[in-house]
Amino acid sequence: MSTVRAASAILGGWALLALAAPWLPLHPEQIALPAILDAPGAAAWLGTDDLGRPVLDRLLVGARTSFWVSGGVVSLSLLFGTLLGSAAGYLGGYWDRALVMLLDIFMAFPGILLAIALAGLLGPGIGNLVIALSLVGWVGFARLARAQVLSVKQREHVQAAQALGSRTPWIIRRHLLPLIAAPLVVEATFAVAAVVIAESGLSFLGLGVQPPEASWGSMIRDGVRYMLVAPHLVLAPGVSLFLVVLSVNLLGDRLRDRLDVKGEKR
Amino acid sequence: MPSYLLARLHSALWVTFGVVSLVFFLIHWVPGDPIEVMLGESGAAADREALRHALGLDQPLWLQWRDFVRHVLEWNLGQSLYYHEPVATLLAQHFAATAELALAAFAVAVLIAVPAGVVAAARRGTAWDAGAMGFSLLGVSIPNFWLGPLLVMAFSLGLGWFPVSGRSAPWSLVLPAITLGTGLAAVLSRMIRSSLLEVMSEDFIRTARAKGLSSYQVWIRHGLRNAWLPVLTVLGMQLGALLGGAVITETVFSWPGVGSLLVEAIQRRDYPLVQGSVLLISLCYIVINLATDLVYARIDPRIRLGRG
Repeated sequence: MSTVRAASAILGGWALLALAAPWLPLHPEQIALPAILDAPGAAAWLGTDDLGRPVLDRLLVGARTSFWVSGGVVSLSLLFGTLLGSAAGYLGGYWDRALVMLLDIFMAFPGILLAIALAGLLGPGIGNLVIALSLVGWVGFARLARAQVLSVKQREHVQAAQALGSRTPWIIRRHLLPLIAAPLVVEATFAVAAVVIAESGLSFLGLGVQPPEASWGSMIRDGVRYMLVAPHLVLAPGVSLFLVVLSVNLLGDRLRDRLDVKGEKR
Repeated sequence: MPSYLLARLHSALWVTFGVVSLVFFLIHWVPGDPIEVMLGESGAAADREALRHALGLDQPLWLQWRDFVRHVLEWNLGQSLYYHEPVATLLAQHFAATAELALAAFAVAVLIAVPAGVVAAARRGTAWDAGAMGFSLLGVSIPNFWLGPLLVMAFSLGLGWFPVSGRSAPWSLVLPAITLGTGLAAVLSRMIRSSLLEVMSEDFIRTARAKGLSSYQVWIRHGLRNAWLPVLTVLGMQLGALLGGAVITETVFSWPGVGSLLVEAIQRRDYPLVQGSVLLISLCYIVINLATDLVYARIDPRIRLGRG
């Protein structure tokens, strides 16, 4: 259980630093030309980057970026995906067929490709990044919610509610969603890891957060040019990113076992 | 078989049509005038109208859509705004590099995942199992745009074994293939382990053991061959992650494939080239998925006979 505790501590720290970032005395955009590419030391604990900006400060701002982007994207995707998926699954007929067709089309874009194209077309910026990733992210939740609703909508208590004349939104909210919540929560956990990677990936490609704002992805991209002289520029954001994603995945695995969700293998 | 084949082909065609349409509408749903974005603020009015006409953007939307679909059918993807060459030609020039990278990464993934998955299942609950599954967790958690630079730091800058980037020598493929293949290897080894564990509790395994087969025969011929089936069903989707990841991996290593072409095209606002690259990668994915399903149906009669 000690790994779980370590993972929780890492995620707790991530959330805390992200939430507290506005009140911390950070100078992520303070350019100091005498201190260019300084190695980690007393003045700057994680060294400085190619403009002499402190890497630690930028790392914390990057933590804030990934925290809010992943929180926003997963909430939006969970909300809209679950609504559309469960409604289509419950209503059946044309609604269901239309949704399945839409899902099939979205899923025909491999991996992160559609997000790359959307982010590229919408233009850079955090807002557009959240939109692009949510437009891609709802699909997984919709698929899962639909499948789950299909498997439980014939249960007796649902039929009883129908016979009593309950309205559809009420039945979905009161009688179906509580039954299908567990797999959706597990899916949402893994989605956090996926979105953290996707945000950094898009920022790495230059399609996400724009300078002088900081993202772990854009920090890695900027650092790659100085790998030989200042490896800390690539190592610091990479290790943070890796630890956060690893912790989320680890807790997701445990959560899946705990809630006994038969893993949809991903 | 024929009816399953037809149904599967039919749905693939519909999805292809949907993908082509979505790629078309993407450009039109994006806020702002594409012409303005492509030419920038400085474009003269006459240039704008000329480009608008050349791209057919002065036509009604549904006519543009119809023409777009028709042109895609002829594999006429328009003219790149930056290179002033047909998009289809550019894609053809870059496709081989992407295919090579994807195949090599797939090979890397299988070479790592099969031994890791089998060992983890065979030595379940031991340090071997924990090690293999720990590797798997690390593999899914490490983003390829970080793994790539790490490998470059260690093996190109440090040891000098491989080139930093580009595609000039056969061994320049090694680092990109490992970078791209690790994620798939991690997922695959986990799937092989769980599927193998499930298969190994079947009756026919007990029979195979009882008739005195060697443990290699039991695990590989009877176990692994049956364990492949459930793995295959999800493999198609995982290959999608591989193709999508190729875009980032190619950018990391300046690998001259469709992925780096796409990223450059996005940065240059070269919309026809963006559309063409996205379309090509998605079509490959659709074909791969179709092929996986058909292979699966061929191996497993329950699917093609509709009694799955």
